[in-house]
Amino acid sequence: MSLPVRLYPLGDAAVVLEFGNDISAATHRAIAAFSARLLRQPFAGLREMVPAFTTLTVYYDPWLASGNGQHMPYERVAAQLRELLPVSGEAEAAEETKVVEIPVCYGGAFGPDLAFVAQHTGLSPAAVIALHTAPEYLVHMIGFAPGFPYVGGLDARLATPRRPQPRPLVPAGTVGIAGPQTGIYSLPTPGGWQLIGRTPLALFDAGWEQPSRLRAGQKLRFVAISEAEFAEIQPPQP
Amino acid sequence: MSLHILRPGLLTTVQDLGRFGYQQHGIIVSGAMDAVALRVANLLVGNEDNTAGLESTLLGPKIRFETNHLIALTGAHFSPTLNGQPVGRDRAIWVAAGAELAFGPAVAGCRAYLAVAGGVAVQLVLGSRSTYLRAGFGGLDGRALRAGDELPIGESSATGAAIRASLFNSQEQWNQARFTPGPDLCPMPRPEPVIRAVPGPEYAQFSAASQRAFWREPFTITPEADRMGYRLQGPKLERPAATELLSSAVTLGTVQVPAGGQPIVLLADHQTTGGYPRLAQVISADFSALAQARPGQQLRFEKLTLDEAQALYLAQEARLRGLQSGIAAVFRV
Repeated sequence: MSLPVRLYPLGDAAVVLEFGNDISAATHRAIAAFSARLLRQPFAGLREMVPAFTTLTVYYDPWLASGNGQHMPYERVAAQLRELLPVSGEAEAAEETKVVEIPVCYGGAFGPDLAFVAQHTGLSPAAVIALHTAPEYLVHMIGFAPGFPYVGGLDARLATPRRPQPRPLVPAGTVGIAGPQTGIYSLPTPGGWQLIGRTPLALFDAGWEQPSRLRAGQKLRFVAISEAEFAEIQPPQP
Repeated sequence: MSLHILRPGLLTTVQDLGRFGYQQHGIIVSGAMDAVALRVANLLVGNEDNTAGLESTLLGPKIRFETNHLIALTGAHFSPTLNGQPVGRDRAIWVAAGAELAFGPAVAGCRAYLAVAGGVAVQLVLGSRSTYLRAGFGGLDGRALRAGDELPIGESSATGAAIRASLFNSQEQWNQARFTPGPDLCPMPRPEPVIRAVPGPEYAQFSAASQRAFWREPFTITPEADRMGYRLQGPKLERPAATELLSSAVTLGTVQVPAGGQPIVLLADHQTTGGYPRLAQVISADFSALAQARPGQQLRFEKLTLDEAQALYLAQEARLRGLQSGIAAVFRV
Protein backbone atom coordinates (compact mmCIF):
# COMPACT_ATOMS: atom_id res chain seq x y z
CA MET A 1 0.00 0.00 0.00
CA SER A 2 1.39 3.41 -0.83
CA LEU A 3 0.25 6.64 0.75
CA PRO A 4 -0.71 9.69 -1.32
CA VAL A 5 2.02 12.31 -0.96
CA ARG A 6 1.50 16.04 -1.40
CA LEU A 7 4.48 18.34 -2.07
CA TYR A 8 4.54 22.03 -1.27
CA PRO A 9 7.26 24.65 -0.85
CA LEU A 10 8.22 26.06 2.54
CA GLY A 11 9.81 29.23 1.23
CA ASP A 12 12.52 29.16 -1.42
CA ALA A 13 14.91 26.75 0.31
CA ALA A 14 12.74 23.91 1.62
CA VAL A 15 10.02 21.57 0.42
CA VAL A 16 7.51 19.65 2.51
CA LEU A 17 6.31 16.17 1.62
CA GLU A 18 3.04 15.45 3.37
CA PHE A 19 2.17 11.79 3.78
CA GLY A 20 -1.57 11.97 4.50
CA ASN A 21 -2.71 13.38 7.83
CA ASP A 22 -2.83 10.44 10.25
CA ILE A 23 -0.45 9.95 13.13
CA SER A 24 0.17 6.26 12.62
CA ALA A 25 2.92 3.70 12.48
CA ALA A 26 2.26 3.19 8.75
CA THR A 27 2.73 6.90 8.01
CA HIS A 28 5.83 6.89 10.12
CA ARG A 29 7.24 3.89 8.21
CA ALA A 30 6.53 5.54 4.85
CA ILE A 31 8.39 8.69 5.92
CA ALA A 32 11.33 6.62 7.20
CA ALA A 33 11.40 4.61 3.97
CA PHE A 34 11.40 7.75 1.85
CA SER A 35 14.18 9.38 3.95
CA ALA A 36 16.31 6.27 3.56
CA ARG A 37 15.73 6.27 -0.19
CA LEU A 38 16.61 9.98 -0.45
CA LEU A 39 19.80 9.45 1.59
CA ARG A 40 20.87 6.76 -0.86
CA GLN A 41 20.02 8.94 -3.88
CA PRO A 42 20.56 12.55 -2.77
CA PHE A 43 20.02 15.38 -5.27
CA ALA A 44 22.54 18.19 -5.76
CA GLY A 45 22.11 20.76 -2.99
CA LEU A 46 20.33 18.51 -0.46
CA ARG A 47 21.08 19.96 2.98
CA GLU A 48 19.09 17.95 5.49
CA MET A 49 15.65 16.54 6.26
CA VAL A 50 13.39 16.76 9.27
CA PRO A 51 10.75 14.09 9.81
CA ALA A 52 7.59 14.92 11.76
CA PHE A 53 4.31 13.07 12.46
CA THR A 54 3.04 13.19 8.86
CA THR A 55 5.63 15.26 7.01
CA LEU A 56 9.19 15.17 5.84
CA THR A 57 10.72 18.60 5.30
CA VAL A 58 13.65 18.62 2.91
CA TYR A 59 16.05 21.59 3.08
CA TYR A 60 18.24 22.48 0.11
CA ASP A 61 20.81 25.01 -1.00
CA PRO A 62 18.94 26.82 -3.79
CA TRP A 63 22.09 27.75 -5.70
CA LEU A 64 23.40 24.20 -5.93
CA ALA A 65 19.88 22.85 -6.53
CA SER A 66 19.46 25.30 -9.42
CA GLY A 67 22.53 23.93 -11.23
CA ASN A 68 24.51 27.11 -10.38
CA GLY A 69 21.76 29.49 -11.42
CA GLN A 70 20.61 27.63 -14.54
CA HIS A 71 17.14 26.51 -13.39
CA MET A 72 14.45 27.40 -10.86
CA PRO A 73 15.49 25.38 -7.82
CA TYR A 74 12.07 24.43 -6.39
CA GLU A 75 10.75 22.91 -9.59
CA ARG A 76 13.96 20.96 -10.05
CA VAL A 77 14.01 19.67 -6.46
CA ALA A 78 10.32 18.75 -6.55
CA ALA A 79 10.80 16.83 -9.81
CA GLN A 80 13.72 14.92 -8.34
CA LEU A 81 11.74 14.07 -5.20
CA ARG A 82 8.74 12.90 -7.24
CA GLU A 83 11.01 10.49 -9.09
CA LEU A 84 11.65 8.76 -5.76
CA LEU A 85 7.90 8.32 -5.16
CA PRO A 86 5.73 6.35 -4.59
CA VAL A 87 6.93 4.78 -1.43
CA SER A 88 5.32 2.07 0.64
CA GLY A 89 5.92 1.79 4.32
CA GLU A 90 6.13 -1.97 4.28
CA ALA A 91 9.38 -3.63 3.44
CA GLU A 92 11.72 -0.83 2.68
CA ALA A 93 12.09 1.09 5.94
CA ALA A 94 15.32 0.37 7.73
CA GLU A 95 13.26 0.04 10.89
CA GLU A 96 14.82 -0.34 14.30
CA THR A 97 13.51 -3.55 15.76
CA LYS A 98 15.35 -3.31 19.04
CA VAL A 99 13.35 -1.62 21.77
CA VAL A 100 15.39 0.95 23.69
CA GLU A 101 14.86 0.65 27.43
CA ILE A 102 14.69 3.90 29.39
CA PRO A 103 15.12 3.38 33.15
CA VAL A 104 12.93 5.78 35.15
CA CYS A 105 12.74 6.44 38.87
CA TYR A 106 9.09 7.41 39.37
CA GLY A 107 7.66 9.76 41.98
CA GLY A 108 9.35 11.51 44.87
CA ALA A 109 11.59 14.45 44.05
CA PHE A 110 12.09 13.06 40.52
CA GLY A 111 8.36 12.95 39.75
CA PRO A 112 6.65 15.68 41.79
CA ASP A 113 3.40 15.42 39.78
CA LEU A 114 2.92 11.64 40.08
CA ALA A 115 0.36 12.19 42.85
CA PHE A 116 -1.52 14.76 40.76
CA VAL A 117 -1.65 12.44 37.74
CA ALA A 118 -2.94 9.66 40.01
CA GLN A 119 -5.59 11.95 41.46
CA HIS A 120 -6.65 13.28 38.06
CA THR A 121 -6.91 9.82 36.48
CA GLY A 122 -8.47 8.16 39.55
CA LEU A 123 -5.67 5.61 39.68
CA SER A 124 -3.20 4.73 42.39
CA PRO A 125 0.39 5.96 41.86
CA ALA A 126 1.43 2.31 41.44
CA ALA A 127 -1.20 1.86 38.71
CA VAL A 128 0.04 5.00 36.91
CA ILE A 129 3.56 3.56 36.90
CA ALA A 130 2.27 0.17 35.72
CA LEU A 131 0.35 1.75 32.82
CA HIS A 132 3.26 4.02 31.90
CA THR A 133 5.77 1.16 31.78
CA ALA A 134 3.47 -1.25 29.90
CA PRO A 135 3.42 -0.08 26.27
CA GLU A 136 6.01 -0.07 23.57
CA TYR A 137 6.26 3.57 22.47
CA LEU A 138 7.24 4.96 19.09
CA VAL A 139 9.47 8.02 18.72
CA HIS A 140 7.74 10.04 16.00
CA MET A 141 10.07 13.02 15.93
CA ILE A 142 12.77 14.89 17.83
CA GLY A 143 12.00 18.57 18.40
CA PHE A 144 11.40 21.35 20.93
CA ALA A 145 14.93 20.98 22.32
CA PRO A 146 17.99 18.96 21.25
CA GLY A 147 17.24 15.28 21.79
CA PHE A 148 13.65 15.77 23.03
CA PRO A 149 11.49 12.88 21.74
CA TYR A 150 7.82 13.27 20.78
CA VAL A 151 6.59 9.83 21.81
CA GLY A 152 3.36 8.17 20.73
CA GLY A 153 1.59 5.29 22.45
CA LEU A 154 0.61 6.61 25.88
CA ASP A 155 -2.28 4.71 27.46
CA ALA A 156 -5.31 7.00 27.06
CA ARG A 157 -6.20 6.49 30.73
CA LEU A 158 -3.07 8.46 31.70
CA ALA A 159 -3.91 11.61 29.72
CA THR A 160 -3.57 14.61 32.05
CA PRO A 161 -3.64 18.31 31.12
CA ARG A 162 -0.53 20.43 31.32
CA ARG A 163 0.11 22.53 34.42
CA PRO A 164 -1.59 25.95 34.34
CA GLN A 165 1.80 27.62 34.79
CA PRO A 166 4.97 26.07 33.40
CA ARG A 167 7.80 25.46 35.87
CA PRO A 168 10.75 27.78 35.23
CA LEU A 169 13.21 24.89 35.15
CA VAL A 170 12.65 21.18 34.57
CA PRO A 171 15.78 19.05 35.08
CA ALA A 172 17.17 17.07 32.14
CA GLY A 173 15.93 13.48 32.08
CA THR A 174 12.53 14.29 33.56
CA VAL A 175 9.67 12.21 32.14
CA GLY A 176 6.40 14.08 31.70
CA ILE A 177 2.82 13.75 30.52
CA ALA A 178 0.94 16.43 28.55
CA GLY A 179 -2.55 15.54 27.39
CA PRO A 180 -2.31 12.30 25.40
CA GLN A 181 1.47 12.42 24.97
CA THR A 182 4.52 11.58 27.01
CA GLY A 183 8.11 12.63 26.56
CA ILE A 184 11.48 13.18 28.18
CA TYR A 185 13.07 16.57 28.79
CA SER A 186 16.49 16.30 27.18
CA LEU A 187 17.98 19.52 28.57
CA PRO A 188 17.14 21.70 31.57
CA THR A 189 14.38 23.98 30.20
CA PRO A 190 11.18 25.61 31.37
CA GLY A 191 8.26 23.20 31.00
CA GLY A 192 4.57 22.76 31.71
CA TRP A 193 4.21 18.97 31.52
CA GLN A 194 3.18 16.87 34.51
CA LEU A 195 6.42 15.40 35.84
CA ILE A 196 6.18 11.77 36.93
CA GLY A 197 9.78 10.54 37.06
CA ARG A 198 13.32 10.94 35.83
CA THR A 199 15.80 8.85 33.87
CA PRO A 200 19.50 8.92 34.81
CA LEU A 201 20.39 8.51 31.11
CA ALA A 202 21.61 11.54 29.19
CA LEU A 203 19.48 12.05 26.06
CA PHE A 204 21.73 14.55 24.38
CA ASP A 205 25.44 15.27 24.20
CA ALA A 206 26.94 17.51 21.52
CA GLY A 207 30.14 15.46 21.83
CA TRP A 208 28.50 12.21 20.70
CA GLU A 209 28.77 11.20 17.08
CA GLN A 210 24.97 10.92 17.07
CA PRO A 211 24.26 13.74 19.55
CA SER A 212 20.73 12.54 20.29
CA ARG A 213 20.31 9.20 22.09
CA LEU A 214 16.92 8.65 20.41
CA ARG A 215 15.91 8.99 16.78
CA ALA A 216 12.59 9.15 15.03
CA GLY A 217 11.49 5.59 14.31
CA GLN A 218 12.94 4.00 17.39
CA LYS A 219 10.78 2.11 19.83
CA LEU A 220 11.20 2.53 23.53
CA ARG A 221 9.88 1.19 26.80
CA PHE A 222 10.06 2.78 30.23
CA VAL A 223 11.40 0.54 32.99
CA ALA A 224 10.81 1.47 36.63
CA ILE A 225 13.93 1.62 38.80
CA SER A 226 14.57 2.48 42.45
CA GLU A 227 16.39 5.54 43.74
CA ALA A 228 19.38 3.32 44.56
CA GLU A 229 19.48 2.03 40.97
CA PHE A 230 19.13 5.61 39.72
CA ALA A 231 22.17 6.64 41.77
CA GLU A 232 24.14 3.71 40.38
CA ILE A 233 23.43 4.59 36.73
CA GLN A 234 23.80 8.31 37.35
CA PRO A 235 27.07 9.41 35.78
CA PRO A 236 29.37 11.28 38.18
CA GLN A 237 28.54 14.99 38.21
CA PRO A 238 31.28 17.30 36.99
CA MET B 1 47.24 35.40 17.06
CA SER B 2 44.30 36.47 19.15
CA LEU B 3 41.66 39.08 19.81
CA HIS B 4 41.21 40.44 23.30
CA ILE B 5 37.67 41.47 24.24
CA LEU B 6 37.79 44.64 26.35
CA ARG B 7 34.00 45.18 26.36
CA PRO B 8 31.52 42.71 24.92
CA GLY B 9 28.77 45.11 23.80
CA LEU B 10 25.16 44.04 24.24
CA LEU B 11 25.32 40.57 22.68
CA THR B 12 28.42 39.52 20.77
CA THR B 13 28.73 35.90 19.66
CA VAL B 14 30.88 33.78 17.37
CA GLN B 15 28.89 32.77 14.26
CA ASP B 16 29.54 31.11 10.94
CA LEU B 17 26.84 30.21 8.41
CA GLY B 18 25.25 27.64 10.72
CA ARG B 19 25.04 24.03 11.76
CA PHE B 20 23.33 21.93 9.12
CA GLY B 21 22.34 18.29 9.30
CA TYR B 22 21.21 18.04 12.93
CA GLN B 23 17.71 19.51 12.92
CA GLN B 24 16.33 15.95 13.00
CA HIS B 25 17.94 15.73 16.46
CA GLY B 26 16.26 18.95 17.56
CA ILE B 27 19.45 20.98 17.09
CA ILE B 28 18.82 24.40 15.59
CA VAL B 29 20.85 25.77 12.68
CA SER B 30 22.00 29.06 14.36
CA GLY B 31 24.56 30.96 12.32
CA ALA B 32 24.84 34.64 11.40
CA MET B 33 21.48 36.45 11.34
CA ASP B 34 22.66 38.56 8.38
CA ALA B 35 24.50 35.83 6.51
CA VAL B 36 25.23 38.04 3.49
CA ALA B 37 27.02 40.58 5.70
CA LEU B 38 29.17 37.86 7.28
CA ARG B 39 29.93 36.33 3.88
CA VAL B 40 30.98 39.70 2.41
CA ALA B 41 33.18 40.45 5.44
CA ASN B 42 34.89 37.07 5.03
CA LEU B 43 35.44 37.46 1.29
CA LEU B 44 36.99 40.92 1.83
CA VAL B 45 39.74 39.38 4.02
CA GLY B 46 40.33 36.36 1.79
CA ASN B 47 38.41 33.84 3.95
CA GLU B 48 35.99 31.19 2.78
CA ASP B 49 32.52 32.67 3.18
CA ASN B 50 31.58 30.15 5.92
CA THR B 51 34.46 31.21 8.21
CA ALA B 52 33.52 32.16 11.79
CA GLY B 53 33.41 35.84 12.71
CA LEU B 54 31.76 37.98 15.38
CA GLU B 55 28.16 39.17 15.35
CA SER B 56 27.30 42.14 17.60
CA THR B 57 23.78 43.28 18.33
CA LEU B 58 22.79 46.97 18.73
CA LEU B 59 25.83 47.93 20.82
CA GLY B 60 29.25 47.06 19.49
CA PRO B 61 32.16 45.60 21.46
CA LYS B 62 35.60 47.05 22.16
CA ILE B 63 38.41 44.79 20.99
CA ARG B 64 42.22 44.93 21.17
CA PHE B 65 44.25 43.21 18.47
CA GLU B 66 47.21 41.51 20.09
CA THR B 67 49.05 41.04 16.76
CA ASN B 68 48.79 42.48 13.24
CA HIS B 69 45.55 41.48 11.55
CA LEU B 70 43.49 41.94 8.42
CA ILE B 71 39.85 42.63 9.27
CA ALA B 72 36.58 43.78 7.71
CA LEU B 73 33.41 45.25 9.24
CA THR B 74 29.99 44.85 7.61
CA GLY B 75 26.30 44.89 8.49
CA ALA B 76 24.88 47.50 10.84
CA HIS B 77 26.43 50.99 11.02
CA PHE B 78 27.70 51.38 14.58
CA SER B 79 30.24 54.19 13.95
CA PRO B 80 33.38 52.05 14.24
CA THR B 81 36.71 53.58 15.25
CA LEU B 82 40.29 52.29 15.35
CA ASN B 83 42.39 53.97 18.04
CA GLY B 84 39.69 56.61 18.24
CA GLN B 85 39.67 57.47 14.51
CA PRO B 86 36.58 56.74 12.38
CA VAL B 87 37.26 53.77 10.13
CA GLY B 88 35.57 52.56 6.94
CA ARG B 89 33.15 49.70 6.63
CA ASP B 90 32.65 47.09 3.91
CA ARG B 91 36.36 46.99 3.04
CA ALA B 92 39.56 45.27 4.12
CA ILE B 93 41.54 46.98 6.89
CA TRP B 94 45.09 46.21 8.00
CA VAL B 95 45.50 46.79 11.75
CA ALA B 96 48.76 46.84 13.73
CA ALA B 97 49.34 44.95 16.97
CA GLY B 98 47.93 46.87 19.92
CA ALA B 99 45.24 48.69 17.91
CA GLU B 100 41.83 49.03 19.53
CA LEU B 101 38.55 48.71 17.68
CA ALA B 102 35.52 50.34 19.26
CA PHE B 103 32.01 51.23 18.20
CA GLY B 104 30.02 54.38 18.76
CA PRO B 105 26.36 55.21 18.18
CA ALA B 106 24.25 52.68 16.28
CA VAL B 107 23.32 54.74 13.24
CA ALA B 108 21.46 52.13 11.22
CA GLY B 109 20.75 48.42 11.41
CA CYS B 110 20.84 45.92 14.24
CA ARG B 111 23.77 43.53 13.74
CA ALA B 112 27.39 44.29 12.86
CA TYR B 113 29.95 41.71 11.71
CA LEU B 114 33.67 41.50 12.17
CA ALA B 115 35.69 39.10 10.03
CA VAL B 116 39.37 38.47 10.67
CA ALA B 117 41.67 36.89 8.09
CA GLY B 118 42.03 33.28 9.23
CA GLY B 119 38.75 33.32 11.12
CA VAL B 120 37.85 32.89 14.78
CA ALA B 121 39.36 29.50 15.49
CA VAL B 122 37.17 28.17 18.30
CA GLN B 123 36.40 24.42 18.33
CA LEU B 124 34.08 23.01 15.71
CA VAL B 125 31.01 21.45 17.33
CA LEU B 126 28.92 19.25 15.01
CA GLY B 127 30.56 20.83 12.00
CA SER B 128 30.07 24.49 12.94
CA ARG B 129 31.56 27.19 15.15
CA SER B 130 28.23 28.98 15.62
CA THR B 131 27.17 29.72 19.19
CA TYR B 132 23.97 27.95 20.30
CA LEU B 133 23.18 29.94 23.42
CA ARG B 134 20.27 27.88 24.76
CA ALA B 135 22.06 24.53 24.61
CA GLY B 136 25.35 26.14 25.62
CA PHE B 137 27.68 24.85 22.94
CA GLY B 138 29.54 26.16 19.91
CA GLY B 139 31.33 29.51 19.77
CA LEU B 140 33.32 30.30 22.91
CA ASP B 141 32.03 27.86 25.58
CA GLY B 142 28.52 28.14 24.14
CA ARG B 143 28.02 31.67 25.45
CA ALA B 144 28.06 35.33 24.52
CA LEU B 145 31.47 37.01 24.80
CA ARG B 146 32.58 38.70 28.02
CA ALA B 147 35.25 41.22 28.89
CA GLY B 148 38.60 39.46 29.22
CA ASP B 149 37.89 36.76 26.63
CA GLU B 150 40.71 35.84 24.27
CA LEU B 151 39.67 34.56 20.86
CA PRO B 152 42.14 32.44 18.88
CA ILE B 153 42.54 33.37 15.21
CA GLY B 154 43.43 30.87 12.48
CA GLU B 155 45.92 31.01 9.61
CA SER B 156 45.19 33.54 6.89
CA SER B 157 44.65 32.20 3.36
CA ALA B 158 47.10 33.09 0.56
CA THR B 159 44.50 35.55 -0.75
CA GLY B 160 44.22 37.09 2.72
CA ALA B 161 48.01 37.41 2.93
CA ALA B 162 48.10 39.11 -0.49
CA ILE B 163 45.36 41.58 0.51
CA ARG B 164 47.21 42.27 3.75
CA ALA B 165 50.51 42.84 1.94
CA SER B 166 48.79 45.33 -0.37
CA LEU B 167 47.68 47.35 2.67
CA PHE B 168 50.71 47.00 4.92
CA ASN B 169 52.14 50.36 5.92
CA SER B 170 54.55 50.33 8.83
CA GLN B 171 54.09 54.06 9.41
CA GLU B 172 50.46 53.68 10.40
CA GLN B 173 48.40 51.92 13.02
CA TRP B 174 45.95 50.88 10.34
CA ASN B 175 45.35 51.23 6.62
CA GLN B 176 42.19 50.50 4.69
CA ALA B 177 41.47 49.29 1.18
CA ARG B 178 39.72 51.63 -1.24
CA PHE B 179 37.88 48.71 -2.79
CA THR B 180 34.32 48.16 -1.46
CA PRO B 181 31.52 45.98 -2.90
CA GLY B 182 28.83 48.66 -3.22
CA PRO B 183 25.19 48.91 -2.19
CA ASP B 184 23.92 45.72 -3.87
CA LEU B 185 25.85 43.61 -1.37
CA CYS B 186 26.33 46.18 1.40
CA PRO B 187 23.06 48.13 1.58
CA MET B 188 22.39 50.80 4.19
CA PRO B 189 19.82 49.22 6.56
CA ARG B 190 16.52 51.08 6.23
CA PRO B 191 14.50 52.37 9.16
CA GLU B 192 11.18 51.03 7.78
CA PRO B 193 12.11 48.10 5.58
CA VAL B 194 9.79 46.42 3.11
CA ILE B 195 10.25 42.69 3.59
CA ARG B 196 9.22 40.52 0.67
CA ALA B 197 7.48 37.22 1.33
CA VAL B 198 5.54 34.45 -0.37
CA PRO B 199 2.27 33.00 0.98
CA GLY B 200 2.87 30.16 3.44
CA PRO B 201 1.30 26.67 3.52
CA GLU B 202 -1.69 27.79 5.65
CA TYR B 203 -2.20 31.18 3.91
CA ALA B 204 -5.56 30.16 2.45
CA GLN B 205 -6.94 29.43 5.94
CA PHE B 206 -6.76 33.11 6.93
CA SER B 207 -9.69 35.42 6.29
CA ALA B 208 -9.54 37.54 3.13
CA ALA B 209 -9.45 40.68 5.29
CA SER B 210 -6.49 39.32 7.26
CA GLN B 211 -4.63 38.39 4.09
CA ARG B 212 -5.11 41.92 2.74
CA ALA B 213 -4.11 43.51 6.05
CA PHE B 214 -0.92 41.45 6.18
CA TRP B 215 0.32 42.87 2.87
CA ARG B 216 -1.03 46.37 3.39
CA GLU B 217 -0.57 47.41 7.04
CA PRO B 218 2.66 48.16 8.90
CA PHE B 219 3.81 45.89 11.75
CA THR B 220 5.94 46.97 14.69
CA ILE B 221 8.76 44.77 15.98
CA THR B 222 8.07 44.39 19.71
CA PRO B 223 10.78 44.26 22.39
CA GLU B 224 10.35 40.46 22.37
CA ALA B 225 12.84 40.17 19.55
CA ASP B 226 15.92 38.00 19.72
CA ARG B 227 17.94 35.59 17.58
CA MET B 228 15.06 33.12 17.72
CA GLY B 229 12.43 35.40 16.24
CA TYR B 230 10.58 38.71 16.20
CA ARG B 231 7.12 39.12 17.65
CA LEU B 232 5.24 41.66 15.57
CA GLN B 233 2.36 43.90 16.50
CA GLY B 234 -0.19 45.05 13.96
CA PRO B 235 -3.67 44.26 12.71
CA LYS B 236 -5.15 41.10 14.22
CA LEU B 237 -4.83 38.22 11.75
CA GLU B 238 -7.73 35.80 11.88
CA ARG B 239 -8.00 32.19 10.86
CA PRO B 240 -11.73 31.39 11.07
CA ALA B 241 -11.48 27.59 11.36
CA ALA B 242 -8.89 27.51 14.08
CA THR B 243 -8.12 23.80 13.89
CA GLU B 244 -5.03 22.53 15.67
CA LEU B 245 -2.17 21.57 13.34
CA LEU B 246 0.29 18.74 13.79
CA SER B 247 3.79 19.93 14.59
CA SER B 248 6.02 19.99 11.55
CA ALA B 249 9.34 21.54 10.57
CA VAL B 250 9.62 25.31 10.39
CA THR B 251 12.39 27.34 8.81
CA LEU B 252 14.18 30.69 8.71
CA GLY B 253 11.72 33.42 7.74
CA THR B 254 8.56 31.45 8.53
CA VAL B 255 5.77 33.82 9.65
CA GLN B 256 3.69 31.95 12.24
CA VAL B 257 0.43 33.27 13.63
CA PRO B 258 -0.63 31.95 17.06
CA ALA B 259 -4.29 32.15 18.07
CA GLY B 260 -3.82 35.70 19.41
CA GLY B 261 -3.48 36.91 15.82
CA GLN B 262 -0.10 38.63 16.14
CA PRO B 263 2.60 37.17 13.89
CA ILE B 264 6.03 35.84 14.82
CA VAL B 265 8.85 35.77 12.25
CA LEU B 266 11.38 33.01 12.86
CA LEU B 267 15.09 33.83 12.65
CA ALA B 268 18.46 32.05 12.86
CA ASP B 269 17.93 30.40 16.27
CA HIS B 270 14.39 29.22 15.45
CA GLN B 271 13.15 25.97 16.94
CA THR B 272 13.24 23.01 14.55
CA THR B 273 9.52 22.24 14.62
CA GLY B 274 6.32 24.12 15.33
CA GLY B 275 2.57 23.79 15.16
CA TYR B 276 1.28 27.32 14.52
CA PRO B 277 -0.23 28.15 11.11
CA ARG B 278 2.30 29.49 8.63
CA LEU B 279 0.81 32.56 7.00
CA ALA B 280 3.85 33.57 4.97
CA GLN B 281 7.48 32.91 4.34
CA VAL B 282 10.06 35.70 4.00
CA ILE B 283 12.18 35.26 0.87
CA SER B 284 15.82 34.27 1.35
CA ALA B 285 17.05 37.38 -0.49
CA ASP B 286 15.48 39.55 2.26
CA PHE B 287 16.82 37.72 5.33
CA SER B 288 19.53 40.37 5.68
CA ALA B 289 17.05 43.25 5.69
CA LEU B 290 14.95 41.36 8.24
CA ALA B 291 17.96 40.68 10.48
CA GLN B 292 18.92 44.37 10.39
CA ALA B 293 15.47 45.53 11.56
CA ARG B 294 15.42 46.62 15.19
CA PRO B 295 12.91 46.25 18.00
CA GLY B 296 10.60 49.26 17.92
CA GLN B 297 10.89 49.69 14.15
CA GLN B 298 8.06 49.21 11.71
CA LEU B 299 8.18 46.94 8.72
CA ARG B 300 5.84 46.06 5.88
CA PHE B 301 5.44 42.89 3.89
CA GLU B 302 5.25 42.75 0.10
CA LYS B 303 3.80 39.73 -1.68
CA LEU B 304 5.88 37.94 -4.29
CA THR B 305 5.50 34.69 -6.20
CA LEU B 306 7.85 31.80 -5.54
CA ASP B 307 9.45 32.32 -8.97
CA GLU B 308 10.17 35.98 -8.18
CA ALA B 309 11.67 34.94 -4.84
CA GLN B 310 13.86 32.33 -6.48
CA ALA B 311 15.08 34.74 -9.17
CA LEU B 312 16.03 37.34 -6.51
CA TYR B 313 17.90 34.72 -4.51
CA LEU B 314 19.83 33.48 -7.53
CA ALA B 315 20.75 37.07 -8.52
CA GLN B 316 22.02 37.80 -4.98
CA GLU B 317 24.01 34.58 -4.91
CA ALA B 318 25.53 35.34 -8.33
CA ARG B 319 26.69 38.76 -7.02
CA LEU B 320 28.31 37.14 -3.96
CA ARG B 321 30.07 34.60 -6.13
CA GLY B 322 31.13 37.39 -8.48
CA LEU B 323 32.69 39.26 -5.55
CA GLN B 324 34.55 36.13 -4.49
CA SER B 325 35.97 35.41 -7.94
CA GLY B 326 36.77 39.11 -8.49
CA ILE B 327 38.83 39.29 -5.30
CA ALA B 328 40.56 36.02 -6.14
CA ALA B 329 41.45 37.35 -9.61
CA VAL B 330 42.90 40.63 -8.32
CA PHE B 331 44.89 39.09 -5.50
CA ARG B 332 45.97 35.88 -7.16
CA VAL B 333 49.29 34.92 -5.60
